[in-house]
Amino acid sequence: MRGKDTIVLRDLTKIFSLGLLGRKKIIAVDRVNLEIRSGEILNILGESGSGKSTIAKMILRLLRPTKGEILFNNTNIWSMTKWKEIKEYYRRVQGVFQDPYSSFNPRRRVLDILYDTLYNYFPEYREDKVSAKKYIAEALESVGLNISDIEGKYSHQLSGGQLQRASIARALLPKPSFIVADEPVSMVDASTRIDILNIFIDLKEEYGVSPIIIGHDYSLAYYASDRIVVLYKGQIVEEGPPEVLEDPAHPYTRLLKESVPLIDRKWSKKLEYRVGDIEVSRRGKGCIFADRCPFKKPICEQKEPPVINLGKSKVKCWLYASK
Amino acid sequence: METILELEDYKVYYKTLSGYVRAVDGVSFTVKKGEIVGLIGESGCGKSTLIMSLIIRKPPMIVMGGKARLKSIDLINISEVERRKILLTKMSIIPQYALDALPAIKRIKAFLGDIAKDKGVPEEEVIEKFIERARIIGLPSEVINMYPIELSGGMRQRVVITLATIFSPDLLIADEPTSALDVTTQRHVLELLAELRDTGIIGSLIFVTHDIASVRQIADKIIVMYAGKVVEIGETEDIVTDPKHPYTRKLIEAVPKLGINYKKKRLSGLPGSPPSLLTPPPGCRFHPRCPLAMTICKTREPPLKPLNESRLVACWLYDQSKGEHS
Repeated sequence: MRGKDTIVLRDLTKIFSLGLLGRKKIIAVDRVNLEIRSGEILNILGESGSGKSTIAKMILRLLRPTKGEILFNNTNIWSMTKWKEIKEYYRRVQGVFQDPYSSFNPRRRVLDILYDTLYNYFPEYREDKVSAKKYIAEALESVGLNISDIEGKYSHQLSGGQLQRASIARALLPKPSFIVADEPVSMVDASTRIDILNIFIDLKEEYGVSPIIIGHDYSLAYYASDRIVVLYKGQIVEEGPPEVLEDPAHPYTRLLKESVPLIDRKWSKKLEYRVGDIEVSRRGKGCIFADRCPFKKPICEQKEPPVINLGKSKVKCWLYASK
Repeated sequence: METILELEDYKVYYKTLSGYVRAVDGVSFTVKKGEIVGLIGESGCGKSTLIMSLIIRKPPMIVMGGKARLKSIDLINISEVERRKILLTKMSIIPQYALDALPAIKRIKAFLGDIAKDKGVPEEEVIEKFIERARIIGLPSEVINMYPIELSGGMRQRVVITLATIFSPDLLIADEPTSALDVTTQRHVLELLAELRDTGIIGSLIFVTHDIASVRQIADKIIVMYAGKVVEIGETEDIVTDPKHPYTRKLIEAVPKLGINYKKKRLSGLPGSPPSLLTPPPGCRFHPRCPLAMTICKTREPPLKPLNESRLVACWLYDQSKGEHS
């Protein structure tokens, strides 16, 4: 089973209503189509407000889409009715979150929480404490921790890096096919980020778990991915292998590349892009990036750009349309 | 060049029930006029304690010793009344999470009123200055009548920068000014900070961050801190291309350059975690994590010494005199 599972997002849309009467609508995710296969590291790259966390929550079945669907092995995850079926989905699609300190109950020992997760999915281990301990020790080992590192400790007694490792180990316990990691390194120190990302790479290479990593860091996304999806205001604007980040096609991805501070490059020329100053939740008929795009043509404001296949990558931009 | 800030063997501890947390433990450096200094280090290295202790001192924070001088002002023995006077006018700070520090339901104009009252200047004068500064910073003058909640993150950060620089301070300290911002906004804010220095609106800037790639974009000089100590000081270009201290080297290596995918090259971070500052290890505080640690590193603390005319490093690897004492 593991290794063949697929998640398909079909026209996935999430609209939030704001205000007392829900009159103000914010389109957080806008008709996202994506096929997530086992055996690859997918990296979803976007800034705040791009809808990346909303997508993560929907994949984890924590949030119901407004429109569209998420298919797990061809079954809509919201058409599942039996608790057994739902639980099996949760087992196979696990989550790791940004702040490990809020992922663990501070009043319980970290190791006890891991035991709870194990017993929850595999109750048979309740009867066999020796095997349970061995199982947990193995999961901890695969993320570079020893059971003695966390034994008897509460979450506040561990460093951010250690606790994030423990939360990945917790996610591994149910033997999932996918791990959705929402900004897993943004609260970890710079010098240990790469090691956390290496864990996800190892999980794919050695354990056949497919990570879906969600983040905002350009070069980290390049490093830890087999495929990249660039999100802007809820839409996928560009998609392809990591190399698309070196030579992006979409003007928004190019803006990201120009803006990101890199250790081996000093910013040179002035940016020709407008700053996205006042957050606009309204959107016109055309391209969502048109108001900031320096390559804007009249059509960009009138008609939504199609998704154009450039061979290795796909881009949603009028610049690449043949007519 | 004129020295704006001078720290010498500066120590700031926290008093706790289990003893003193030696957050800043004997730090020395200077900031010259017109310089942008990047103060970098990871969480818990003491960088925020260091700068906050210059601005406001509240228990359990205790300045244990050393010197701290802003031009001719002694920042250690200054009275609280005097300290208040020099804030904003001579020294200003953009605190971390400043975006959230502005109460959401107070008009920007009301802040200006508060500042005017505090500094004893007419409100109109402050408003006039704010509008003039806002124009340079690229904020529409209407923001004065707006509430912080109406502004985007980037705009709020520019309001904070405008408020902090209204009296053209000699020294501006910015603590992680971009970490809550989007990458595209980050670049604008960093370039703005550099511009404030270029145009002489501020004298010098200390840019505190954990992000060495951001510092590299605008800083002239980099100071690297680890576990309450300065481990290396040098010109930005030199530090980034040729780091000397093993910690600096590891810090730079752990930041991926663009174009490196795991299939091409596996990078590695720094194993272990920083020591507890309640009971720091003897000798060099980095030795338990250092791949090059020698015997001397475990027992004796390396002093911060000049390596050449523009570089200082605290590491026994570069100290020729070590044989004499050990």
